[in-house]
Amino acid sequence: MNWLLWSMLGLLAMFIGMMFVSQRYAWRFAGTVTLLSVSAIFLLPFFWLVCAAFKDKDALNEYTFLPPVSHWVSGYKPEVSTPASLERAQRGDLNFDNFTELFTTRQTSQGPVRFERYICNSLFLASTGTTLTLIFSSLGGYALAKYRFKGRGFIVAFMLASLTIPGVLLLPPNYLIIYQLGWMDSYKALLIPGAVSVFGIFLFRQAISGVPDDIIEAGRIDGCGEFKIYLTLVMPLVRPIIGAFCLVSFLGSWNSFLGPDIFLQSQDKLPLPNVLNQYIGEYAAQYGVFLAGTLIAIIPPAILFFALQREFVAGLTQGAVKG
Amino acid sequence: MSAGLMTGTSAIPTAPASDARSWWQIKQRLTPWLFLSPYFILTCVFFIYPVFYALVLAFFQTNGVASRKFIGLNNFTTILADRDFWTAMKNTTVFAIFSTCLQLPISLGLAMLLNRRGSRLKGIFRLAIFSPHLVGQVFVGVMFTMFFTPKYGLFNQFLQMLLGWVQGPHAESFLEYRWLGNENLVMPAIIIATMWMYVGFNMIYFLAALQNVDQSLIEAARIDGANSWQQFLNVTLPAIKPVATFVVVMSTIGSYNLFELPYTLLQGFGPNNSGMTVVGYMYSNGFSGGDIGYGAAVGWILTLVILSINLVQLKLSGTGKE
Repeated sequence: MNWLLWSMLGLLAMFIGMMFVSQRYAWRFAGTVTLLSVSAIFLLPFFWLVCAAFKDKDALNEYTFLPPVSHWVSGYKPEVSTPASLERAQRGDLNFDNFTELFTTRQTSQGPVRFERYICNSLFLASTGTTLTLIFSSLGGYALAKYRFKGRGFIVAFMLASLTIPGVLLLPPNYLIIYQLGWMDSYKALLIPGAVSVFGIFLFRQAISGVPDDIIEAGRIDGCGEFKIYLTLVMPLVRPIIGAFCLVSFLGSWNSFLGPDIFLQSQDKLPLPNVLNQYIGEYAAQYGVFLAGTLIAIIPPAILFFALQREFVAGLTQGAVKG
Repeated sequence: MSAGLMTGTSAIPTAPASDARSWWQIKQRLTPWLFLSPYFILTCVFFIYPVFYALVLAFFQTNGVASRKFIGLNNFTTILADRDFWTAMKNTTVFAIFSTCLQLPISLGLAMLLNRRGSRLKGIFRLAIFSPHLVGQVFVGVMFTMFFTPKYGLFNQFLQMLLGWVQGPHAESFLEYRWLGNENLVMPAIIIATMWMYVGFNMIYFLAALQNVDQSLIEAARIDGANSWQQFLNVTLPAIKPVATFVVVMSTIGSYNLFELPYTLLQGFGPNNSGMTVVGYMYSNGFSGGDIGYGAAVGWILTLVILSINLVQLKLSGTGKE
């Protein structure tokens, strides 16, 4: 028996006890405990990741989470004195070696490349991609929501149908198209084909159709141009959906691997997932370095998520009426 | 609001002179097309054209971008005769079934728990369960490679604590399970890793749908004597059906597009290709192998499979499109 089983038994006993007092509270208790344990299980890998990123490469696979406290700092006394263990004790089981290694300038076929470069690549790709998609998708959504014109029904039906075509089908032909356009090994290959998202157009169409027509009409009477109406009157009213869409779009672009893997060749143009994956390729098994990089790679999406959290949930609540 | 107002045909107090007004009307009529033009251009170049291009390519053998040769239906016959393809198809289908039948109910269950009124920690729970989605598939893949390592792997440790007592003293300890080296355990490992990543994401959708369910309906059902299960089945479920259908369809499409996570989890396709997905098959034969035409043929087969499954799903759910 271990602590996990004991505590589960204890909780079960509490639940049964509460059943005698009040069934409603017992079930409420069970629900809260379930949510608590699920949350804990879901957060555990993050804690593990933080530990792993700072663990020495020899200690990485030796402890599930953290090494014993006495081994944390450098210069501890190892149990057995072999050259390897003495050297490791000199480093300490917790150190910054993974990060130092990560930020060491590496020689590549494109000359020396610093790790900061890859972070900038990823930031550039994700933010530019998100901005482009946001502008073009919301413009499309606005046009479909607030203008009556011939062919609108057909366009909507066509978009819905196109949603069901998996992106993978387009990959082989787009590879050749990108090649013929001369966009190979260029960010254009990643940014331009994805600059409009049908999903985004629908999200915005849904949200913008909830904006009262009076506001738009009032803008027209005041002499606003159509684009200005979109930008200054409509967009501020659908802020939640902007937040939600930005987050989803940023995540997709920040974490994408297949596209950059196929379209980019120069080492100094690669984004983070592709570069980090090289640390555990066929010729290397630097898991610690990879995990340190992962920890860094999680930070920007996490910041964005915390900043947009309220919008994200509200936006999806609005958008959820679709389907 | 009437359509007349939108197209500007109605009398507006400050009506401009007649030719200026017709110019304004033309502008009004052109505006939506202008706003949609980025979509039209990109869709033509990177969607409509490629879809047909893929259809043409599927009948060619290509050597990278250098040359191509018409080979009729040869790509299709080769694919359908290839055992690797069927392994990939089987793996992907198993994955799709599990992610729909296991992951979505869990997401819905968690969403319903979160949706109860008055739970104070709601925001924190929602945050915690969604947070794995912030991590990319590549990173999740490698992290789970380490969770599934024998002995010190997080998952094996957890399993040993939870279920270690079930096993007899002579059985192999859970700590020794080599998940990624065992053909039969590779797919469960992939399913577990994706669950961690996507349960929270789907939960957010369900949560959003549940928040829009009319509470007075549930109240009415309760007064009429329906128990919780009946309330769920007869009131909640029909109310969230449009969103549920959307999530099921999207999750099916997503499942058949799975590639990055298993590819990094296994650093390849696993023992005997036990972790190969259809997209992985396309990647290794189409792109790494340089035969884009072959990849296009795989793409078309995959598309037909997904479309037919989606059609059945939409039929079953009884909702038409939108």
